[in-house]
Amino acid sequence: MSLIVAIFLIVGAFFAFVAALGVIRLPDFYMRMHAATKAGAFGATLLLLAAAIHFGSMRASITSLLIIVFFYLTTPIAAQIIAQAAYRTKVPLWGKTGKDQLAEDEGSESPREES
Amino acid sequence: MYFEELGTPLAIATLIGSLFLLAALSLALVRIVRGPTAFDRIVALDLTGGICLCVIVFFAIHFDQPVLLDAAFAIALVSFLATVAFARYLGGGGEQ
Repeated sequence: MSLIVAIFLIVGAFFAFVAALGVIRLPDFYMRMHAATKAGAFGATLLLLAAAIHFGSMRASITSLLIIVFFYLTTPIAAQIIAQAAYRTKVPLWGKTGKDQLAEDEGSESPREES
Repeated sequence: MYFEELGTPLAIATLIGSLFLLAALSLALVRIVRGPTAFDRIVALDLTGGICLCVIVFFAIHFDQPVLLDAAFAIALVSFLATVAFARYLGGGGEQ
């Protein structure tokens, strides 16, 4: 059992590290937000599962499950709201972004940075 | 020395995982300092909150204190509110 907990701990911490790596390395704001929210939530989920397995009690399991559910409810909302605010204030997209559907729908110019 | 029982898989995993989390925290802080726009800083701050949650879970497992999971729950609640408030503030608020 302790081996499963150990594997979950290492993999979860690795995913948190990948999220931070994406935040530091990706070229524009929207990609950074994508890396931070998805990989960060997944890493936290794995760590909380590890905690639930390790303690094995009903109380710790329910708390972990609540945190996981709440994380998965709130992270997409926060990402959506912050991406919308960034797009409205014209934070530039990466110069090589393929398609900007929102700009095409509204007939406005896509906020790109010079590539 | 906390890691004197380095023989068990749990102690090794705690050590390696803490190093991963330390690296992640450093990278997120670099993005907070460097970030070209305020939105980059907010996203990095949000990620910092998530990594702090991970650190608290590590503490809970390493010191065998399930009470610390409640602290993680509080962080999960509050960091979300901070992100939404910052986004509304910088994005000009209301509908468009």
